[in-house]
Amino acid sequence: MSLLARRNLFHDKVRFAVTLTGIVFALVLIIVQFGLFLGFTTTTSNNIDHSKADIWVVFHGVGYFDTGKSFSERKYYQVLATPGVGQAEKYMQAFAFWKRPDGRVENIQIIGFHPGSGLGEPWNLVKASVWDVMEEDGVLVDEVYKKKLGVEKVGDRVEIGDHRARVAGFTQGIRSFTTSPFVYAKFKNSLDYTRRDSNEASTAYVLVKAATGVDPRLLRDRLRQRLTDVDVYTTAEFSAKTRFYWMFTTGAGMAVLTAALMGLIVGVAVVAQTIYAATMDHIREYGTLKAMGAKNSYLYRVLIEQAVLSGVLGYAVALIVAHFIVKASEKGGAVILMPWSMTLGMLVLAVVMCIGAAMVSIHKVTKIDPAMVFRG
Amino acid sequence: MKRVRGEGEPTVIRAKNLTKIYGEGATELRALVGVDLEVRAGELTLLMGPSGSGKTTLLSILGCILRATDGRLELLGEEVSSLAESELPRLRRDAIGFVFQGFNLFPTLTAAENVVLALDVRGIRGAGARKKAESLLVDVGMGEKLRSFPADLSGGQKQRVAIARALVGDPPILLADEPTAALDSTSGKTVIELLQRLARMHGSAVVMVTHDPRVLSFGDRIINLEDGRIAGEENPTAMGIPEFAAVEAVASTHSQVSS
Repeated sequence: MSLLARRNLFHDKVRFAVTLTGIVFALVLIIVQFGLFLGFTTTTSNNIDHSKADIWVVFHGVGYFDTGKSFSERKYYQVLATPGVGQAEKYMQAFAFWKRPDGRVENIQIIGFHPGSGLGEPWNLVKASVWDVMEEDGVLVDEVYKKKLGVEKVGDRVEIGDHRARVAGFTQGIRSFTTSPFVYAKFKNSLDYTRRDSNEASTAYVLVKAATGVDPRLLRDRLRQRLTDVDVYTTAEFSAKTRFYWMFTTGAGMAVLTAALMGLIVGVAVVAQTIYAATMDHIREYGTLKAMGAKNSYLYRVLIEQAVLSGVLGYAVALIVAHFIVKASEKGGAVILMPWSMTLGMLVLAVVMCIGAAMVSIHKVTKIDPAMVFRG
Repeated sequence: MKRVRGEGEPTVIRAKNLTKIYGEGATELRALVGVDLEVRAGELTLLMGPSGSGKTTLLSILGCILRATDGRLELLGEEVSSLAESELPRLRRDAIGFVFQGFNLFPTLTAAENVVLALDVRGIRGAGARKKAESLLVDVGMGEKLRSFPADLSGGQKQRVAIARALVGDPPILLADEPTAALDSTSGKTVIELLQRLARMHGSAVVMVTHDPRVLSFGDRIINLEDGRIAGEENPTAMGIPEFAAVEAVASTHSQVSS
């Protein structure tokens, strides 16, 4: 590490603090925006990704999870009769009305599952188990939506679609991408809550587990050949389809992605400006170095080392700040995710961003006329 | 007969018909016109002349910082005019040391680090570089200030560090741009004596631009420039120029009478 690079960076503590603040601000902005994007993307397909199913059978034309249109129970039996199917469970998703204890009505998404089946069950349960919904009218809701749904504790009574329901437990961090929170109920009750009680509209999805040793993709193809009026996807396919719908065919995802890209652009601009200002402060010294015969590569090294050092230090501070923001987001409506892959990616991004930003300064330094050293 | 310093020494700078023209057409300015100059190793040459006479332009061309519009320049026997632009930094690094009027020290580095930096630029690093830099700083009387930053040094001390920095690479040519202009009389005398002593010790040819009459007695040659041409060359010994202190006294009296 060049002594000059280190000293130029650290000698003026105030300037260094300003530079670091700029970089930290930019990085936190990028981390939060990308974290939000990642959070939203993951949220849209959470129920699919946690289903533990290999294959999803959906009504023909359903493009994403939140529009689970019901179909005949016969399809379920056809699935069960297909060779290679290890397990199949009916699964409900439908919108319904939730009447709070204070009388206000909220829109919710009912998720009907079979407790103990291991397929499509809720996760992250807090002081509860999936069996709690087996109680007469028990439902599970997420802690994030306590206020919205007007409930505080296990045992609180509400109405769903004119049927009585009772909060049997809470989940943690299962958010809905729409404004309608997920409410988990046993499958039979979910039909009542959503007024689906005929055999012709008995289930929104069939979740399938392939028998041991059966390739899910081959089973998918086999199901596609045997079943009509439904679509068959592997879990990964349906998850991607749902994420793609929300992120790219509605304005929501594009808005978040655009914000993330804007964060990146603003970040580069902020870092470029701070590094450029620091370079201009030392421009006469770079002129002196050139007069002394320093090669351009020597000057580049000084500037790039400053940029890399700024990037790494800025990244370290930004990571701490972002960690607190991510923690705070866990209690809010919008989740910000910061997986390890993104954390490492941000380090690379921080360094590349700072080097990229230093290019403006490098160009400036390259153009310095060393004759400036003889001018006043 | 007294031997003139530099006589018999190899010629390190040989300039022939150097011409420098800035701009063109109506804005054309002839900063140097047909300058011929030879400087030998160990010789202290003073460049004098009024403002705008071309002193700094000539110094910049000799330092390979500016290119002449016309003419031929040889440094240490190497033809500079025909070298590619990318070759000039190597020549500056290997052959030339600079001392500037404004010191041009690096404010974020200590005195010792400023000198080490000149070696770092030449690719010389490590404990040896540090030792050499500190030894030279001791030579210039800055042994007590190795770890001081430029902001904590007086003008004279800064210039001494700058001289150590210029000489640390053992350059055969030392170019100084009014090194005493920003200094009081005591510091000015110390600096010029130091420059003369160290340059001779290192065998460097020194070319110094100056307006300062106090330093004339230290020069081996005085070259007067006017309107970009060499108007004359003088030998301070032959001219009978008084010593630094005498000039200082006259200047001081003149100043008191004026006020």
